Amino acid sequence: MQIAEVPPPLEVEDSRRIFGLETEFGLHVVAPGSRPVTPEEVAGHLFHSVVQWGRSSNVFLTNGSRLYIDVGAHPEYATAECDTIEDLIALDKAGERIVQDLVAEGEQRLREAGVEGEIHLYKNNTDSAGNSYGCHENYLLRRRADFAGFARGLLPFLVTRQIVTGAGCITRTPEGAHFSFSPRADHMWEGMSSATTRSRPMINTRDEPHANAELYRRMHVIVGDSTMAQPTTLLKIGSTDLVLRLLEARVPMPELALAKEMQAIRDIAHDLSGTATVELADGRRLTAVEIQQSFLDSVVSHVDGLIERTEEVERILDLWQRGIDAVRTQDYSGIDTELDWAIKLKLVKRYQDRLGCALDDPRLARLELAFHDVSPTRGLANRMERDGLIRTIVSDEAIERAKTVAPTTTRAHLRGRFVREALASGRDFTVDWVHLKFTGQESRTVLLKDPFRYEDERVDMLLGTVVS
Amino acid sequence: MPQVNASGQPYEDDAPEPAPAPATMASTDALDDLLEEIDGSLQTNAEQFVRSFVQKGGE
Repeated sequence: MQIAEVPPPLEVEDSRRIFGLETEFGLHVVAPGSRPVTPEEVAGHLFHSVVQWGRSSNVFLTNGSRLYIDVGAHPEYATAECDTIEDLIALDKAGERIVQDLVAEGEQRLREAGVEGEIHLYKNNTDSAGNSYGCHENYLLRRRADFAGFARGLLPFLVTRQIVTGAGCITRTPEGAHFSFSPRADHMWEGMSSATTRSRPMINTRDEPHANAELYRRMHVIVGDSTMAQPTTLLKIGSTDLVLRLLEARVPMPELALAKEMQAIRDIAHDLSGTATVELADGRRLTAVEIQQSFLDSVVSHVDGLIERTEEVERILDLWQRGIDAVRTQDYSGIDTELDWAIKLKLVKRYQDRLGCALDDPRLARLELAFHDVSPTRGLANRMERDGLIRTIVSDEAIERAKTVAPTTTRAHLRGRFVREALASGRDFTVDWVHLKFTGQESRTVLLKDPFRYEDERVDMLLGTVVS
Repeated sequence: MPQVNASGQPYEDDAPEPAPAPATMASTDALDDLLEEIDGSLQTNAEQFVRSFVQKGGE
């Protein structure tokens, strides 16, 4: 058997980055009058067709992404490696449709099992009992020795970005309800750590690059909210990427380390006026508006230098500034079709006016769930998008395509090809983020350590063995 | 003060015109129409519906 060489890592520009998003969906079965049903049973019915073709409830798809049932019996979707934010938005939205496509058969199988009801999948971060689940962001970084110090430089940005990229939520307290920037803010327990389920850090420091560990490491950000509006996802990923580029280049940045990150993230979340100040390590007190503006000013000062001015960069910076301005001026009309918290606040307020009720009314909580429902018919974010009440970035065709086709400019392309051809061949195979293998002793394992490489002779040969 | 980039040009002037937002009246009507349409289903057993959504831990 001919042996292809392991190709060297591709030379890529420093500005190129791999992005990924992992979304945990809330799983809710509504079956009044039926026998009790466990989340595990519902998840089993939901994933029946997946297990049929993938022989597992943990599979990689032809679009290069991973779909599985996570701890707690809820569906999780991790996008394939993307090197553009538009690809990432398309794959993220495709994930909503992929899990929603499982609902009809899940409901049918539940019915056959004697449970007449509806299955709802929510792309949100909290349930009615105060449990939280996440939307994790992954950014590929060039390896450096002082990761902890580097990551610490990002924390003031991550704590304050909720005023523009937060999902918004009604917060219920014994003293009444109020609208907050971020549902995740109250569920963060520390700044950095290697754990996720026991303690919940903003940045997970577990060193698992899924790539050549001599060159790269992965920044795993846990603090973000799941976002429905495409422009919010663009800003969430785009602004973080731009700040990371400055930190990676070690350019001088304003000193903004916070004295108490956990206190700060909560204080900011619960102050829609944007006037609450948080304490910095050097004793100063600043608002989230001031801290975000400082990061934005730093980024803007490097455009046309370190940061190439592209249409996408301009779009990110424009929305970022308008988001900060909206909080500063308390006029949300400039962002209420683009940024999740403002879209949701407008929706909640309009329905509250209609009902003439208090903010803690359960009908408004019901409205919030409907907003995050990924169903094209029951889901309000989807319907608002169709009605022009939420703007889009990528086309509907691009999202449909991303359900089955992997990004063409990253390793995901190789994985997608392998999964597609392996399924067509009927042979057993195993696949993960870095390995491709046909089951059987004679077959070789191809190790894909370069996330930027989308062509590889070894994969061609591996797939050639299927045909021959 | 306008944002200034490295070349000294006001950033705002270089930015592409954002796509026009839907006219306020139109979007107001569309939002009201949507709420009108879903009002009935949202009101039905809202409290029980919301309370029945409990998700076990993940991450």
